Amino acid sequence: MANGETYFGTARGRVDGPAKVTGSARYAAEFAAADLAHGHVVSAAIAKGRIAAIETAAAEAVHGVLRIFTHANRPGTAWRDARYRDEVAPPGSPFRPLHDAKIVFSGQPIALVVAEDDATARYAASLLRVRYAAEPHATDLERQRGQAYVPRRKRTGIAPPPKPRGDAQKAFDAAPVRIDHEYRVAVEHHNPMEPHASTVIWEGDGRITVHDKIQGVQNSLGYITGVFGLSQKNVRVLSPFVGGAFGSGLRPQYQLFLAVMAALDLKRSVRVELTRDQMFTLGYRPATIQRVALGAAPDGTLQAILHDAIAGTSTFEDYQEVVVNWSSLLYHCDNVALTYRLAQIDTYTPADMRAPGATLGVFALESAIDELAYAAGVDPLEIRRRNYTRTDENEGKDFTSKELMECYRLGAERFGWSRRSAAPRSMREGRELVGWGVASGAWEAMMMKTSARAALTADGRLEVATATADIGTGTYTILTQIAADALGLPMESVTARIGDSALPHSPVEGGSWTAASAGSAVQAACRAVREKLFSAARAAENSPLANADPSHVRFVNGRIVLAADPARFITVADAMRAAGLERLEEEATASPDSATQKRYSAYTHSAIFAEVRVDAQLGVVRVTRIVNAVAAGRIINPRTARSQIIGGVVFGLGMALTEESLPDHALGRFMNHNLGEYHIPVNADVPAIDVIFVDEHDDKASPLGVKGLGEIGIVGSAAAIANAVYHATGTRVRSLPMTLDKLLPEKPAGRA
Amino acid sequence: MNRFAYLRPTDIAEAVRAIAADPSARFIAGGTNLLDLMKYEVERPTRLIDITRLPGLDAVEETASGGLRIGALVPNADLAHDPRIAARYPLLASAILAGASPQLRNAASTGGNLLQRTRCYYFYDVGTPCNKRAPGAGCPAIDGVNRIHAILGTSTHCIATHPSDMCVALAALEAKVHVAGPNGERTIAIGDFHRLPEDRPDIDTTLAHDEIIVAVELPAEGFAGHCTYLKLRDRLSYAFALVSVAVGLAMDGDAIGRARIALGGVAHKPWRVPEAEALLQGRPPTEESYAAAADRLLAGARAYRDNGFKIELARRAITRGLAQAASGTPQSQTDKRIR
Amino acid sequence: MPERDAGPATGLPDRMPISLTINGEVRQLDVAPWTSLLDLLRLELGLTGTKKGCDHGQCGACTILLDGRRINACLTLAVMKDGARITTVEGLAAADGGLHPLQAAFVEHDAFQCGYCTPGQLCSAVGLLAEGRARSAEEIREHMSGNLCRCGAYPNIVAAIEQVMQ
Repeated sequence: MANGETYFGTARGRVDGPAKVTGSARYAAEFAAADLAHGHVVSAAIAKGRIAAIETAAAEAVHGVLRIFTHANRPGTAWRDARYRDEVAPPGSPFRPLHDAKIVFSGQPIALVVAEDDATARYAASLLRVRYAAEPHATDLERQRGQAYVPRRKRTGIAPPPKPRGDAQKAFDAAPVRIDHEYRVAVEHHNPMEPHASTVIWEGDGRITVHDKIQGVQNSLGYITGVFGLSQKNVRVLSPFVGGAFGSGLRPQYQLFLAVMAALDLKRSVRVELTRDQMFTLGYRPATIQRVALGAAPDGTLQAILHDAIAGTSTFEDYQEVVVNWSSLLYHCDNVALTYRLAQIDTYTPADMRAPGATLGVFALESAIDELAYAAGVDPLEIRRRNYTRTDENEGKDFTSKELMECYRLGAERFGWSRRSAAPRSMREGRELVGWGVASGAWEAMMMKTSARAALTADGRLEVATATADIGTGTYTILTQIAADALGLPMESVTARIGDSALPHSPVEGGSWTAASAGSAVQAACRAVREKLFSAARAAENSPLANADPSHVRFVNGRIVLAADPARFITVADAMRAAGLERLEEEATASPDSATQKRYSAYTHSAIFAEVRVDAQLGVVRVTRIVNAVAAGRIINPRTARSQIIGGVVFGLGMALTEESLPDHALGRFMNHNLGEYHIPVNADVPAIDVIFVDEHDDKASPLGVKGLGEIGIVGSAAAIANAVYHATGTRVRSLPMTLDKLLPEKPAGRA
Repeated sequence: MNRFAYLRPTDIAEAVRAIAADPSARFIAGGTNLLDLMKYEVERPTRLIDITRLPGLDAVEETASGGLRIGALVPNADLAHDPRIAARYPLLASAILAGASPQLRNAASTGGNLLQRTRCYYFYDVGTPCNKRAPGAGCPAIDGVNRIHAILGTSTHCIATHPSDMCVALAALEAKVHVAGPNGERTIAIGDFHRLPEDRPDIDTTLAHDEIIVAVELPAEGFAGHCTYLKLRDRLSYAFALVSVAVGLAMDGDAIGRARIALGGVAHKPWRVPEAEALLQGRPPTEESYAAAADRLLAGARAYRDNGFKIELARRAITRGLAQAASGTPQSQTDKRIR
Repeated sequence: MPERDAGPATGLPDRMPISLTINGEVRQLDVAPWTSLLDLLRLELGLTGTKKGCDHGQCGACTILLDGRRINACLTLAVMKDGARITTVEGLAAADGGLHPLQAAFVEHDAFQCGYCTPGQLCSAVGLLAEGRARSAEEIREHMSGNLCRCGAYPNIVAAIEQVMQ
């Protein structure tokens, strides 16, 4: 009963496009209720210590203020840590808003002012006077690195560094060509365009509907029911549209706690929307100090890889991500030693941010490989090919598929890599130095157990549903495509419903696993419907399919036709009617195949090529061209897929050149907490980006043959740009972002 | 944002009377900086006096001396795109277009642009001390995150910079600011309009509380043939200057006749050093000439923890700006290749 | 009972009547002086198409057209715009629901992902076309730089605008 694919693999406009361009798509802070009250968060001005006193009288006197919640008067919530630990929480003791007088990070929420309207809440919040008993804090990772430790408890789903192979130090010491440097990446904040917000609608009788900015409604649901002791049947969480997240919406953020707390206490609807500045009090990509030491033969063949990373975490949770493992995954090497440690600082816990870990580790690795290429006198692309590995040497497994070599080939061809002149500072146009750089990228292709429901109605319409989210990734659209193909319906007859905790189970939307996971679940549910429908069709009176075997029919254009004789068919509507069915509904669960997982590793790969132009004297960098060749299995929708890669590249461009949360360690506070001074790339920064999807057949990574695209676009981007900057200028910047001050030549440069 | 009373006077005299009556009142026009600061509780005016409907402040007019008089309410975008400005004062047009975004330029007024307050992180964050917000509170920027801060004209109280691009061009053009107050009109030279922080960093300008900007006057000389506005920043658009330079040259044959140079992003006001400009007079347009002027302009520059790069960056920006101006190839604010 | 806080004792009213034409409809409104045009649209009129991304004029998500010019609604007091004509994303499509050419081009070119900056991008692009100053892709990029897109849809936004411009 294999169906033809009308939509899978074809470029389609987003099914939610019209809603988004007309302004009718509504986000978490845009749901209202007649009894809606507004909460404004007051943030701590110190990084560590205690609240000595909060004077609330002036604020309470403001007409329209309903209640001011602080640690002193907050309603009771669950006692045990486990109740606060969400689906993706790292090991530790999760932060509890307004729990007590203790301050553990600057910007910590210390009060919620709830008023009849937003302006009143904000105004009243400004009247609060807080006295602190400050204690010495430590926010500087450089100073804390001596205290680094290997986390005792591992974070679920995060592979620790692989066991050492061979004798890396000895091989490094003996290697003819050696590179040994430290690399740093500044703290970055996610800054989705939509600030975090939760609107809690009080439904009466203790029931609430929560519109949350979250990448997993069921994660919020579990958190709410756990923390507030509510029954699942009394809470429904919705996130039909999410205005970007990039990881910031994986864990429930403190505004959710505060909004639910206030709504339950006031027994009315409450919205809490964070300000942009407060977005800098959430999790972030942790500052990371990495050392990469590479030893190689004169021809660039790797003989030793040592990669150590020290990353910041909070004092209360051991946030972990995969930073160093990529070094022995991307290249063949017999002598490998990788280590990953944490050091505590007095900030909030870091959070997964687009391609967490990989962006950091691959930046260091791919910079070091580039340095090795120059040291060995080997072309930077050639050295990557020369050290290619066809197996996952960390796990000792084969890959489900790996077309990275084809990425190198097609990317280089499109970019014109062969016309590159080898020496740094050897390409110039006017006052600008031109540089070309390359880097590899990898991201694990994961699939997570996900359930979906498919419901076909007699009018020929199909609805598919699972609790996942579309944070801009195109989930609505690809689920619609998959479902339409499975039942041979036009896309217009299919509706995808997501972002509702009442729908079948889905994990958080993240890790690039949603297409493979939710897509497979939807396909499975549709196939279950198809089987039932086929039985109904065969049993219908005078059915032309009476003697047909499932393999003899196809579902096309709302009809079930005999493959051998398409003139003989029964319409879906007739089949339903014959069986007396108004609605045919099936639920199915798709899980990764554990036997396959034991034998194979699944990764997406990329080769990214960047051209930069750097003003020789002023250090101003412009990225003028990017080619990113990606091997990610089958591509469901080339249009939205391309957007995913472009978006990742732009994110990487920001990481490379502009993004940096600047900490004042004396105050223990990030200072540029706004979009005027935290520079995410603007339109003028972004050149044409050429995306190539390399043909990659994969029948193991997921039932659909897809591997996911949300992260791979960013991995390697910063390194490719940094490598291009080195090629242009001869200056190796090992600390991101590469702001122009880092590229001002030491001594006044010669005439242009 | 605090609560305030809103007034809409109908003429300048009424506006002046209203502000004179309340030391905590503020004029509002475009609002692009004042409302921003009010939302951060940095500004908490008791009254906002809406001057956008005052008559006679929205035109660009010829002056008897061959210059232009720009009404204080003329939006930045309209000013930049006024054909007379574009043709006769391209330096000013270019500087305006280097700043902010099209949306902000549509809203922001000429007078308001002159009164923009600093972008210092600490000034904006009421959770930190700041001498500019509360004199005597202290300045964490001096030993803190000061990559964007001043290198010239700083004090032990404040190292904030003036944020405007337009004003840097106005300084180079030697514009005049016409203001009205209870005692009638007076004129302030642009060089005297903004002040250095000294021991009163809370005061940005020499405009009195009870005065209103009515116009900016441009003298006849616009340096249209040889000028540039070069702005260096952390991304290619929509960011404040790390360093900017406005240059206007009057060429005398193959030599430089008169020169005007103003720097942005380096001090509490647009930075001009007439002696540096005098150094260029009669000199050939060469790197050596430019270097001499740059050295003089940056004499006394001081590096703080993070902003030492600005000294060398400014030196090179001055040199490049002078070269661009001398060769008649001003920096495009669209084409990001620096000429 | 808390005292009513009337702000400074000015004797002036804390709500003022204004008239705005919003997406072609004349609206008589009473607004507090401190209400931004953005909050008026989103919180009081339920026109949530216009987005709040930063509330400080640093992202462009709140871009609307005021008397045909693009501005940031977050840095505009509603009371100051008495008598103005305002167009938001909800007012771009034709009366029959047909998409504005820019809306259609945005869908066609996949010029958005999460959609949160999109209304601002669209209004900004309408303003850009009306200004008539951007002719090349480079000029579009510069003159659309007041609208941040964290999803990084910029190349597609430029392509969509270029298509409509031709």
